[in-house]
Amino acid sequence: MRFTLNGTTISLDVLGTRRLLDVLREDLHLTGTKEGCGEGECGACSVLIDGQVVDSCLVAIGQVEGRDVVTVEGLALPDGRLSRLQQAFIEHGAAQCGICTPGMLLAAQVLIEQSRRLTADDVREGLAGNLCRCTGYTKIIDAVLSCTK
Amino acid sequence: MLHARTVRPEPEALLDLWSLHELKGVRRTGDVLEIAAAEPYTGIIASPDVQQHLPALAAAARTIGAAQIQNRGTLGGNLANASPAGDTLPVLLAYDAVVVTDRRSIAIDEFFTGYRKTALQSDELITAVRFPRGRQVAFRKVGTRAAQAISKIVMAVSRHPGRGGARIAIGSVAEVPLRARRAEAALERNDIEGAIAAVAEDIRPIDDVRSTAAYRRAVTQHVLRELLVRE
Repeated sequence: MRFTLNGTTISLDVLGTRRLLDVLREDLHLTGTKEGCGEGECGACSVLIDGQVVDSCLVAIGQVEGRDVVTVEGLALPDGRLSRLQQAFIEHGAAQCGICTPGMLLAAQVLIEQSRRLTADDVREGLAGNLCRCTGYTKIIDAVLSCTK
Repeated sequence: MLHARTVRPEPEALLDLWSLHELKGVRRTGDVLEIAAAEPYTGIIASPDVQQHLPALAAAARTIGAAQIQNRGTLGGNLANASPAGDTLPVLLAYDAVVVTDRRSIAIDEFFTGYRKTALQSDELITAVRFPRGRQVAFRKVGTRAAQAISKIVMAVSRHPGRGGARIAIGSVAEVPLRARRAEAALERNDIEGAIAAVAEDIRPIDDVRSTAAYRRAVTQHVLRELLVRE
């Protein structure tokens, strides 16, 4: 099967029913995407498919045939510099253990790309599928708000 | 996906319907809205036709999971799964929806036949859900938090004098999404207090990890009162 991953077309020979999460981590060695629950409750495994945030623990690899997948590894700029959102997370202290951070970044990336200016409630709603046990969310929300239009 | 990985015996193969454009989309013909079975909830929420004609469906869809789930969850999936807690299922009951399959149409009242059991034949495919002319439906979900919460109770209420009467549909209070028939009959007589009393008898809630039967009974009555006043 073929799909686009972080801007590059890749081909895989893989059992179509395997989870996208497992293929990313085990076959493609992209371990930025984390498994928190394996059942779509925590968002740690969030990736973007065709620009939409989804839980990769609930997607079969066969379902991304021809699709455009973005993982946290795809957020940095081509020259290796961190994205504005990633910088904001650092500046605001929005990561502690870091397990939720990849999923938070991807969910937040979709939010900040909206043309309208976000409120704190918009951010809370947009990140409601991403659980954090460490930060209490406030610095994450601040970081995302600092990047809204 | 979870079901496919845990069900026994293991399926020999999985057929992915996600990319079939025939199973996507929201279409309106006159006053009848048809939502294709694999249209994700995000699309349903964003649809101007749904917002205008089926606002309670959009409201219910917004309570499902969170963005990640709404981007992949569908009416077809939730119908076939037939969880008694499905957030949109009481709304479908209140709107008198029709489940359209590859071979027939099934009235929503006849669709849920038991705990996680439906009227579908083993090889039957849901293709769309059809919504006839506008009922006004009020919706409320009660859960631990606003997102990523399975409901303690979830209710949709419709009063439509002159068109087949009241609908009071409730999830998480029985083994199926339930219509509260005695409460509906009271409501059709305009006996609001009678409806609120009767609904406690119509439901058969259990104690589980999320709530107790007693809580569910009390909250069902409170929410019914709230939705009737709101209307």
